[in-house]
Amino acid sequence: MTLDVLETDRPDISESPSTAPRAKGKVRAGIIDCDVHPTVRTPEDLKPFLSRSWWEHYQAYGLRPKHGMAQADPYPKAQPRAARRDAWAPNGDQPGSNLAYMREHYLDPYAVEYGILSPLNPTGQGDQNIDFSIAMTRATNDWQQAVFTKDEPRFKASIVIPYEDGEASAREIDRCAVDSDFAQILILTRTNEPIGKRRYWPIFEAACRHDLPVALHVFGYSGHPVSGTGWPSYYIEEMTGHSAACQAAVASLALEGVFELFPTLKIIIIEGGFGWLPALKWRLDKHWRHARAEVPQLKRPPSSYIEEHVWITTQPMEEPADPAHLLQTMEWIGWDRLLFATDYPHWDFDDPMHALPRGLAPERRRKIEAENARRLFRLS
Amino acid sequence: MTSTAAFAGAIDCDVHPNVPNIQALVPYLDDYWREMADVRGIDGFETRSFPPMAPLSARADWRGENGRAAESLEPVRAQLFDRWGEGHAILNCLYGVQILHDEALAAAFTKALNDWIAAEWLDLEPRLSASIVVPIQNPDLAVEEIERRVADRRFVQVLVLVMGEMPLGRRYYWPIYAAAEKHGLPIAIHTGSAYRQAVTALGWPSTHVEDYVDQAQAFQAQLGSLVSHGVFNRFPGLKVVLSESGVSWLPAFLWRFSKNWRGLRMEIPWVDRPPIEIVRDHVRLTLQPLDAPDDAETILRLIDQLGSDELLLFSTDYPHWQFDGDSALPDSLSASLKRKLMVDNPLATYPRLGDRA
Repeated sequence: MTLDVLETDRPDISESPSTAPRAKGKVRAGIIDCDVHPTVRTPEDLKPFLSRSWWEHYQAYGLRPKHGMAQADPYPKAQPRAARRDAWAPNGDQPGSNLAYMREHYLDPYAVEYGILSPLNPTGQGDQNIDFSIAMTRATNDWQQAVFTKDEPRFKASIVIPYEDGEASAREIDRCAVDSDFAQILILTRTNEPIGKRRYWPIFEAACRHDLPVALHVFGYSGHPVSGTGWPSYYIEEMTGHSAACQAAVASLALEGVFELFPTLKIIIIEGGFGWLPALKWRLDKHWRHARAEVPQLKRPPSSYIEEHVWITTQPMEEPADPAHLLQTMEWIGWDRLLFATDYPHWDFDDPMHALPRGLAPERRRKIEAENARRLFRLS
Repeated sequence: MTSTAAFAGAIDCDVHPNVPNIQALVPYLDDYWREMADVRGIDGFETRSFPPMAPLSARADWRGENGRAAESLEPVRAQLFDRWGEGHAILNCLYGVQILHDEALAAAFTKALNDWIAAEWLDLEPRLSASIVVPIQNPDLAVEEIERRVADRRFVQVLVLVMGEMPLGRRYYWPIYAAAEKHGLPIAIHTGSAYRQAVTALGWPSTHVEDYVDQAQAFQAQLGSLVSHGVFNRFPGLKVVLSESGVSWLPAFLWRFSKNWRGLRMEIPWVDRPPIEIVRDHVRLTLQPLDAPDDAETILRLIDQLGSDELLLFSTDYPHWQFDGDSALPDSLSASLKRKLMVDNPLATYPRLGDRA
């Protein structure tokens, strides 16, 4: 990414190498980071939150998402744990698992006012065994509170749910939503069926009942290849394919009429980039014109639902050669729809000082950095 | 043709003749397959991607009395050449022979289909060219079909569907690219699925319109596959034409893919320059469906984002219903850009059109 112009009220990091902790400075304007990844030091961290029988099951069989690798991902990542090399705690705790180090390495130096936690692994989301998925997601929610949000008010948790079972998911949402430590409901994008389908509606109903946004974060192993033409060979294809999966999710939500049924529903798309969203809106509107009779549940153009109900995070930032193209794309999406995210501690972390395009007007920058998220999550 | 027609002299790079029924192909089958078509009661190979009576599959004013469109030369000639004044058109027949599971059946029917196109369309109308439909189920058989047609210069490219059995970058398919490169034939990758997998990474959508919108995701996957596997390194003369793919998704896809390449190129070290440059050199797109607002400004912005005005090839997608009246192209585009899309870019893409158009 081309370097942005530094603002004077930010800590000067120009002297410090990116791998060193940054000098603390007086920071007026913090960020609200809509994608931070906590994880366990070891699976033992979840043991207090699982029944004895589920703990033994976990020990014996492990997680069983719909792919063949018991130990790793089907496409090896480009870095260990897909993490920044400097994100391991000095005592060796893996990235995102040690609260004290996250404060020192991430919350303080980047002036994070709030960080919305998106636990990805292990959570049991999308597991083949739905009962195990129910037990694991519940444990993950309790663990987030005990380890991260209880002692750190800057962190807000996500309610992870056994999303392939809509009713069980609604029960877990009802259980957790009473606690203001939880800011949103989290689903992985690659569900077993397109997310707008009926089986997932209890999730949206519960989300509206508690006025919590539903965030769709990329990844998940649904059992389907990442493309409709079969399994790719390379990690770069899978990574690039995540944006396409986000497109399928938004198309499904828009065309199934979910936003007619749940008029207060708020959807957040996380880590799929955002440059694709204007083209998807145009494409949906173009083809809705000849297909209105097939989707009578829609009362108006699909794009108008998306513009009211969908927010999208900025990471991994789009990087066209000409920053003006990026500003144009943001304009097409809408300045109140974009939410800043770092993806800490992952390797493709977006640094809040450098990631946003140059030429962004200060009030628009503030909306993206914090104010849109503050309003969406009703944070102080 | 009159010079005042909407697309005077244009080369229309995506037009769809429809096989009226299986009987139309039977005369072009050998005795064994003729008998099989009969005794097995084969009704035909229409595909789920384009149900004949769905609104998208044919614009209402282009349908005949039986409700279907483009089943014979006359209506196509009347619309493309008489009304629009087009100079030339390329026929992409989407009959579902490419999605059969039996590769021998597929080979027999693709051969019959190409023979039918040659005899009942190309022989009767010199302003038409066509794509070679291939039994993509088996690359050896696909190459045989290419070699069978190659002397007939009215066949100007090879046609495959965007969703087949595997991503098209896989080495399994490389013999097809070797043949195409050798003969100067672009590979047209066209909307449509063999439905070997769900159309999306999230499974099967509910409606035809959702399926059709989701096709753009498969085009993204195919570009990712072709570039990542190094197809354009191995076949530097190969051109790919994304057909009926939509256009507006491409810039953002290329930003994302090129950014990921910067971070992950150690995985595919043979890809030695940004994907956006490779795509600019090797890939073209047909214009319709133009999935953007109906104004010249957005198209100009998209062309600006792509960094080239050489990527788009004029097409109407006739008889599919992508626009009303004659508005396949915003009127306010400059005459020079229109000429580039309608004539210069197609001629640069299809060497075989040079001797005819």
